[in-house]
Amino acid sequence: MSGLDPIETFRQEAQELLEQVEQGLLDLAHRPGDRDLIDAVFRGLHTLKGSGAMFGFDALAAFTHHCETAFDRVRKGEVPATPRLVACVLAAQDHMRALAEGRPVDPGAGEALLADLHAAVEGGDAPAAPAEPDAPAASTWKIRFSLPADALVNGARPLPLLDELRELGDCQVRVITDDVPMLEDLVPTECRLAWEVLLTTPHGRDAIDDVFIFVIDEMTLEVEELTASGEVETASAETAAIVQAEKPAETAAAQDTRAAKSGGETVRVPAERLDEMMDRVGELVIAQSRLKQLAGSSLDTALRAVAEEIERLAAEMRDTMMVVRMVPVIQLFGRFRRLIHDLQNDTGKKIDLQIEGETTELDKTVIERLADPLVHLVRNAADHGLETPEQRLAAGKPEAGLIRLSARQSGAEVLITITDDGRGVDRDRVRAKAEENGLITPGQALTDNELLNLIFAPGFSTAATITNLSGRGVGMDVVKKTIEGLRGSLDITSNPGEGSVVSLRIPLTLAIIDGLLIRVGVSRFVIPLANVEECVELSPAQDLRSTGRSLITLRDELVPFIRLREQFNTGSAPDPHQKIVVVSTGQDRVGLVVDQILGDHQTVIKPLSSFHADIGAFSGATILGDGGVALILDIPTLVHLGQRHDAQMRVAG
Amino acid sequence: MSQAAIEALTFDLQGETFALEASLVREVLDLLPETQVPGAPSFVGAVINFRGRIIPLVDLRVAFEMELGAPTIDTRIVVIEHALDGEPTLIGLRADKVHEVTAITHETTEEVPRIGLRWRTDFIRRLARRDGDLIVIPDLDQIFAARGQTASVTSLHPTQAR
Repeated sequence: MSGLDPIETFRQEAQELLEQVEQGLLDLAHRPGDRDLIDAVFRGLHTLKGSGAMFGFDALAAFTHHCETAFDRVRKGEVPATPRLVACVLAAQDHMRALAEGRPVDPGAGEALLADLHAAVEGGDAPAAPAEPDAPAASTWKIRFSLPADALVNGARPLPLLDELRELGDCQVRVITDDVPMLEDLVPTECRLAWEVLLTTPHGRDAIDDVFIFVIDEMTLEVEELTASGEVETASAETAAIVQAEKPAETAAAQDTRAAKSGGETVRVPAERLDEMMDRVGELVIAQSRLKQLAGSSLDTALRAVAEEIERLAAEMRDTMMVVRMVPVIQLFGRFRRLIHDLQNDTGKKIDLQIEGETTELDKTVIERLADPLVHLVRNAADHGLETPEQRLAAGKPEAGLIRLSARQSGAEVLITITDDGRGVDRDRVRAKAEENGLITPGQALTDNELLNLIFAPGFSTAATITNLSGRGVGMDVVKKTIEGLRGSLDITSNPGEGSVVSLRIPLTLAIIDGLLIRVGVSRFVIPLANVEECVELSPAQDLRSTGRSLITLRDELVPFIRLREQFNTGSAPDPHQKIVVVSTGQDRVGLVVDQILGDHQTVIKPLSSFHADIGAFSGATILGDGGVALILDIPTLVHLGQRHDAQMRVAG
Repeated sequence: MSQAAIEALTFDLQGETFALEASLVREVLDLLPETQVPGAPSFVGAVINFRGRIIPLVDLRVAFEMELGAPTIDTRIVVIEHALDGEPTLIGLRADKVHEVTAITHETTEEVPRIGLRWRTDFIRRLARRDGDLIVIPDLDQIFAARGQTASVTSLHPTQAR
C-alpha cells in the first residue's frame, strides 16, 4: 500500500470543492440574497485557489482568483448575485474543473469566461457608492488569537493573518509565549504561540472577523474594543461574550459546507482499500460458515460456543463493512441539478427538478455504476417526455415541466424513480417503431406493460428527430443492461398526457447477498433471495400432467416454469418431491423446478471468468461451507427464457 | 522468444508432452472437487475452488482433439496466471501427468510445420525436440481466444492454416 499521491488528493479535494461551489451557485440562483450561500461559495473558491497554488496548479489558482474576487465583492455587498453572475461562475467552474483534472484547455476560453465574468460584475455594479456606511471613525481593538497546535501541519499560516490585520490599520503585535513548553518537550511542528494585536482601524468589527474567516473553526479569538471614538460602544466584556456566542453558529454553518473535510472525525480512504477489506470480510464469512459446519457435527460444546461467537462477529463485521461502503444518493442526485440547468438551456423547456430521499444510502460501487443510466433516463424525460412550454400551456398544465427523482429503501433494495409530468409514452409510435425494427410482428398482441417495455429493447429509439441530447450512443437497452448488471430491475409505467414513471429497483450491495441454496441433480445453485417469491411443491401427478405445457396455476394465475434439470442437462432422474421456486423480476414471474431446497445461505459473490461470463444463466459463483462451489443463477436471464417459452407456446397453441 | 533458455514445466496429455513457461505456473494441485457449469463448452466445462477463489478448469485435450479419459492417480491441475480478455486470470489446466521443470533453449525448438500435424497449427507456438521426442509449446492466447474450438481450421487446407 503506497502513500497517497498529493496531486491525486488535491484533485479529489478540488472535485469536492467544485461540487460544493456548484451546489451553492445553483441554490443561489433561487435565493440570490442568501448570505450563507454566498459565504459558502466564496469560501469554496478561496480554498480552491489556495490549495491549487500549493500543489502547483498555478493556472487554476490564477483563474479561480478572478472568480473569488468577484464573489468577494458580492460578499461585501458591493455587487448583487445576479443570475447572470451566477451563470458566469457556473460556466467558469467547468473551466476550473478541466484545469484541476489537467485536461487540455483552450487558452482563449478562460479569457472569454473572465471577460464575461467581468462584464457581469460591472454590469451589476451600478454607480452605487461602495458600501462604506458612515464616515469612518477609527477605533482601537485588542485582538488576541491563537491557532491550534496542529495548525501548521494543516497548512494554516499565522503570518498572512497578521499581514491582513496590518492592512486594516496601525498594528502593534505582541507575541505570547506562555504556552511554549521547555525545549526538551518542544515539538517544532506545533504552533504554541499566541498573538496580541492592538489595532487602530477605521473598519468595523466585521472586517476583523473576515481576516480570520478561514481559520475561525479551529482557533480561539478574542476581540475587545478599547477606545471608541465616534459612537460609544458598550464594554469590552460584552463584545467578548458576543464572540463566544457567534462562534458556534459560524462553526455549524461551516460544518455544513465542509463536512467531508473536517479532519478530526472523517478519514479519507481510497476506494480500493475498502474493496480489499470487503474481500477479506467475504473470505471471513466463507471460513466462518465452514467452521459452523465443523462445529455443528462436533460434540465439543466449547467449540460450538466459539463457533457461534464467531458467527455473530462475522455477521456484525459484514454489516459494519456494508455501512462503511454506503454513501447517500445525494452524491448521485446532486449532479442532476446541473444537468437540468443545462437541459433547460439546450431544450428551451422550463424544468423543475424535485429531489426526494437524497439521504437514502447505497453501496459506493452501485452509485458509481448508476450514474450513466440515470443521466440517460433524466435526459430522456426532459427531451422526449416533457413538452415545450407552449404545448404545456395549451394542454392546461403549468408552464414548467416537473422531473422528480426519488430514492427510498425497501427491504434489501433501493427503489429509485424518475417521474415526469410530460406527455407520456406514445403507444402507437412505440408499436410502429417496434414493428419497423422487427422487434414485434405487425399486429402482435401485447399487454400494455409489454408494449411499454419495448423501449428497453435493443435497437429501439422513439425520437422522431434525433436531438443533440438523445442519440449519444447510449440506448435504453444499455440502461436496462447496466441495471440488470447490478442485479436490479427496471420498469416503466406511463399515462398518456400525464407523464411517465421509470422505477429502478437496486440491491443495496453487490458483494454479498442472501440466497436460497437449492440442488438440481448433484449440483448446488444459489437463487438470490430478493428474487424469490415463494416455494411450492410439484407433486409427481402435477409433474406428469404438465409435461406438455410447463405451466402451473398459482392463485388463479398461470405461471410458466422451467425444469432446471432439463435446462442444465443433468441427466439425472427427478427427485420424488420436486419443488418449484417462483422467482420474479418486477412484473414477470417464472417457476424454477428444483430437486431439493437446502435452505438459505449467505453468499459472497465471486465473479466468473470471462470463459463463463457469456453463458448468461449464471451471474457469479460462491463457495459453500464444505468448500464446494455453487453457481448463482441469473434470474433476469432465466425469467426471460421462461417468458419466451411461454410466448412460443402461446403462439403454437 | 529470447535466445536464452526458458524454464518450462512439462506435462503429459494423452501421451503427448506439453510445456508451459514455468513463470506462468502458480501451483500444481491434486484433483479437486469440480463444479460443472451447465451450458459451458467441454473445453472449460467446470470451475474449482482454488484457495477461496473460483477459477475455470480448462481441458486442453479438447483443443487438441484428444480422447477424454477418466482421471488417474497421476492427474493434476496446473494453475497458471494468464491474461484472459485483458484481465490477468487464474486458470486451472488439467494434466494427465506433470513432469519436471526443464530448460528449453531456442535452438532446440522450431517453427510449427504447416502440414503433417493433426492439430490446429495456430494453437501451437513452437515445437521442441528432446531426446528424439517432441514437446509441444501451446499458444495459450490463441487457444483461449478460440475457446478451444477446433472446428474452423483443418490441416488439409494449408492456405487457411495461418
